[in-house]
Amino acid sequence: MSTYIGIDIGSTCAKAAVLGDNKEIVCKIIRPTGWSSIKVAEDIIAELKEAGVAVDTAKIVATGYGRVNVPYADKTVTEISCHALGATYIFGGENLLVIDIGGQDTKIIEAVDGNVADFLMNDKCSAGTGRFLEVMANTLSMEPRDMCELARHGADTTISSLCTVFAESEVIGLIGRGEHKENIAYAIIESIADKVISQATHMPIVNKRIVVTGGLCDYDYLIEAIGRKLGTDVISNEDARYAGAIGAALFAMRL
Amino acid sequence: MNNLNLPEVFETFSEQRKNSFIKVREYRDKGTPIVGAYCTYFPKELVTAIGGVAVSLCATSDETIGSAEEELPKNLCPLIKSSYGFAKTDKCPYFYFSDLVVGETTCDGKKKMYEYMRRFKDVHVMQLPQNQEEESFKLWVSEIKKMAARLEDKFRVKITEDRLISAIKLENAVREELMEISELMKEDSPVLTGTELFNILKGSEYRFDKEELVEELKRIKENLIEQSRVITDGLKSSSRPMRILLTGCPIGGVFDKVVPVIESNGGLVVAYENCNGMKNIANPVLLEGDLYENIARRYLDIGCSVMSPNKNRMDSIDSLIEEYKVDGIMEILLPMCHTYSVESGFIRAAAKNHKLPFISITTDYSSADSEQVKLRISAFTEIFNG
Ligand code: SF4
Ligand code: SF4
Repeated sequence: MSTYIGIDIGSTCAKAAVLGDNKEIVCKIIRPTGWSSIKVAEDIIAELKEAGVAVDTAKIVATGYGRVNVPYADKTVTEISCHALGATYIFGGENLLVIDIGGQDTKIIEAVDGNVADFLMNDKCSAGTGRFLEVMANTLSMEPRDMCELARHGADTTISSLCTVFAESEVIGLIGRGEHKENIAYAIIESIADKVISQATHMPIVNKRIVVTGGLCDYDYLIEAIGRKLGTDVISNEDARYAGAIGAALFAMRL
Repeated sequence: MNNLNLPEVFETFSEQRKNSFIKVREYRDKGTPIVGAYCTYFPKELVTAIGGVAVSLCATSDETIGSAEEELPKNLCPLIKSSYGFAKTDKCPYFYFSDLVVGETTCDGKKKMYEYMRRFKDVHVMQLPQNQEEESFKLWVSEIKKMAARLEDKFRVKITEDRLISAIKLENAVREELMEISELMKEDSPVLTGTELFNILKGSEYRFDKEELVEELKRIKENLIEQSRVITDGLKSSSRPMRILLTGCPIGGVFDKVVPVIESNGGLVVAYENCNGMKNIANPVLLEGDLYENIARRYLDIGCSVMSPNKNRMDSIDSLIEEYKVDGIMEILLPMCHTYSVESGFIRAAAKNHKLPFISITTDYSSADSEQVKLRISAFTEIFNG
């Protein structure tokens, strides 16, 4: 049996996915990237080895912003191509619009038969990313995930700044005014969803399956908010955080 | 044929801007008129006709943007800020030695910037109309005549018909040679890279002896053909490189983080539609009929986004796609360049029409976003190479 490994070193988390001959997922792992992508790349391969994966004979593709720091990879492929391929594997369908909400940026990828047809990325700005969510949750002294669920119960509050720094002071202002926490959470999630939408609507959305990949894939209320604003179904699932790693493993099969 | 060491030649051209710093001083000391210009619309023939040297002042480094921002707003295109910064701080020898600087009323930021520049330099601004209609054409002809009169007056030389004819012939010859080298990119396996082509195109702007330049370009072209180089070596993929048409704003200031990255990631820039390439070298000035009208026609037809509508750019892109067997279109925009940014939608549509992948990248003169730009470029070439 051959082994194909995809390593996705993201800005927040490093992921690995191992596929067997029939493209079945043999194993997947995730851990925080920490301060060194070289270190985490080493840790991951050690962990896979321990789990009994034949890393020495495996074909390995690295992706993600730290992809160049994976010395044992046979090839590097950008996370854009990997998310397109990985999302197609996870969700099926020949016409996907993949919304990859990452730690530092958000990418909108049009995938046709698993191949990238077009893509957009936000520029040098953390609005609409995992980072933004994290900073805001911090300001509210909450876990990001809890904040996202709490948002479900809020309403009628908005923050207008897209810039993380300004938005943070807006949030502090809201706290100072005694605004209910759920309303502030609501405003934060709405703001992230709005930012994602403003990017996504630059792409054709008709007749597409719209899926969310990346670290916020199980933030259900955020996914719902995106769907509500787009006026269409948006799906995601637990595995979607591995889309990049799975895509990389699928690229490894082509080596 | 005398054999040229081509890599050395490319290297010299890429360093030409720096290497001519001393040259420009020599010319000044000899009393040769030196006229600085910022834009492709500037009719160089007029300067050549008075025996002068026309030099490009368009700045490409972020070094002086800080000083420029003391007077100009931050949210202005880096090309304008950097150019103004170099002028203001006297850091550009070409600006320093220019007896006269010429600007055109192209985009809003640039034309307003000249109003500031006027305070410390002799600046002549040509009123560039914004379409190719008859009235506009007439205005441009009269602006060109005004420019000619200004030069005659300032430098006390008469632009006779003979002088103008030889100037036109010489500038046509430079364009023709640069065009022929560019056309080598039409081949299935070109003998030079887009990076090398760019160095030639850019370096040529800082060669002041144009007759010598024409001869050298001829030799380079012959050598390129005879030595039948294989350039795919440096390219990553073993398969055929993705042939890319580059369009958008002038890229002198962002070249390093774009073109070499394309070419080390399985791509090959086969044509520059922008001011570094086709806008500058395509189309000769005709010699039959009224010479000033012919000059006006050649320049007014440039498909820059300051024109409205700007059909000529679209036509140029359409034909370049066919002629250069383009696999993908990459548009490079400078931030805050409104005219090109708005036009981007048309380019995207054109790419769609031709069923080609398209990417638009906005990037400035700093290196802060090099990694993001690299990611975009790699993902774009992966569309083709898998
Ligand atoms: S892009 Fe337009 S305004 Fe800028 S140099 Fe070229 S022709 Fe002039
Ligand atoms: S790049 Fe755009 S904004 Fe900048 S000078 Fe040229 S036309 Fe003007």
